[in-house]
Amino acid sequence: MEKAGFGKWVLGAFFVLFVLFLYGPTLTILILSFQGPEGGLTFPMRGVSLVWFRRLFETQAVGDFGGSLTRSLLLAFLVMMATVVVSLAAGLAFRRRFAGSGALFYLTVASLIVPSILVSLGIGILFNQLGLDTAWYSSGLGAQLTWTLPFGLLIMFAIFNRFDASWEEAARDLGATSWQTFSHVVLPIILPSVVGVALFGFTLSYDEFARTLLTAGVDNTLPLEVFGMTTNITTPVLYALGTLSTALSFAVIGLALGAVAVLQRRRARRLSG
Amino acid sequence: MAGSGTAARLLPYLQVAPLALILGVFLVVPILTLVVVSFFDYDSVRIIPDFVWTNYAEVLLSAVTWRTYAKTVWFAALVWAITLFIGFWVAYFLAFHVRSRTVQTALFLLCTIPFWTSNIIRMISWVPFLGRNGLLNQALLGLGAIDRPLEFLLFSDFAVVLAFVHLYTLFMVVPIFNTMMRIDRRLVEAAVDAGANAWQVLTNVIIPLSKPGIAIGSIFVVVLVMGDFITVRLMSGGQSASVGLMIYNQISLLQYPAAAANAVVLLAIVLLMVGAILRVVDIRREL
Repeated sequence: MEKAGFGKWVLGAFFVLFVLFLYGPTLTILILSFQGPEGGLTFPMRGVSLVWFRRLFETQAVGDFGGSLTRSLLLAFLVMMATVVVSLAAGLAFRRRFAGSGALFYLTVASLIVPSILVSLGIGILFNQLGLDTAWYSSGLGAQLTWTLPFGLLIMFAIFNRFDASWEEAARDLGATSWQTFSHVVLPIILPSVVGVALFGFTLSYDEFARTLLTAGVDNTLPLEVFGMTTNITTPVLYALGTLSTALSFAVIGLALGAVAVLQRRRARRLSG
Repeated sequence: MAGSGTAARLLPYLQVAPLALILGVFLVVPILTLVVVSFFDYDSVRIIPDFVWTNYAEVLLSAVTWRTYAKTVWFAALVWAITLFIGFWVAYFLAFHVRSRTVQTALFLLCTIPFWTSNIIRMISWVPFLGRNGLLNQALLGLGAIDRPLEFLLFSDFAVVLAFVHLYTLFMVVPIFNTMMRIDRRLVEAAVDAGANAWQVLTNVIIPLSKPGIAIGSIFVVVLVMGDFITVRLMSGGQSASVGLMIYNQISLLQYPAAAANAVVLLAIVLLMVGAILRVVDIRREL
């Protein structure tokens, strides 16, 4: 067993290095975003300040941060709602075989496999040929859904694989209609996982870049704005934006996890009481 | 409603209609449009409906595009090998060496958290690390390992591959970890009882049973790298090429039919690669 212990140490060290590799760069820009007003893009820190965060909100200096953030949050909310409703409905349907279920499943998986720039370009050209203007809330929304829906549906599959159908049978035996069975039995049971799908939809949309690039129209979403800034901003404002955007992502994750915890506690209380 | 036959039979179709509609309008029709437009003609200001093969001729007969495709495949192969190596051992450590379920979940979440932040920001975050005056150069200079800052760290193929690995290793870790968690531990015990050493357990039990996860991870990584343009653009500082970047540049020049022809060729190559992976490994029981 001496040798197995050694292997475990090597693997453990490898894992620690991997985590450092994952987090190191992000932590660096987190620190550098508090760079003093004289400081540059790299270390050393010349003092500590919030000046780069303040400069972020001065529209003139760095493009349209407030506008792009608002659009990104709105779009992420729309994508989240659509992802939850559409993949939940489809997940319910896929519990039974129906004509075309195989084809639709493969189409959904294909939506993940097709390189993002092709989706972006295809939708862009399609709108152009139809004489329609692309906009984040129409073509951009659709483009992002081709990315979030497959994830949503795959999570739904995982949920319903573990779902005990006898609960539904019990409800039906007691005289519940399909809708009552769904809303009083199925939905409450799977609700925490549905919150997970919502979280996926929101963050995938909030961070999406390639599929939005040619479909967002004239107004940028936040990742597009960041991309624009990388070519012409050479101050720590860029890091401030990165820090703020990441903080917002984490706030959303925290909210979702909190919601799941509340749901589960409420359920535990109901079951015990 | 549960009893009425027609309604119950129609219900699944109503339930999948939104999904089918969205994928139809925003995936199938746009891809078909790409195929159609790839045969169109164009000049500097507009695209002209036509049926010409010139766009494909330009893609297939130009040495530059061949080199770009070769480069992209090279990136994909290299990143695949590295992410597979890292992803496999990270997943293996989590699945077989961490005994406590809680610690396991916590460490797994620790690995997935970076996935929730923007790729572009994660790329930018390499700048203070790799730049001419970055942390790495400062550290190496301080140690006396080098006497001049290394120039190749940022804006190079090295930076591109590093960023790819940083962004996409997670896509390997998650599916491999999932399949490993489903391996019946009694199989490992049986192998040990039958006299297998750690290495034989790994090569005869764990790796064969992890193949579906490896295949899913490989598909993700290969597809993401093959279609990428932003990482190559940002991290190479415009000094390297990829098919995605070539398409992006053609789009910037409004050469939509040329971009579409390239896109169709890229899609065909990606589908062939995915098909090859699926031929080697059956992933159906994973889905």
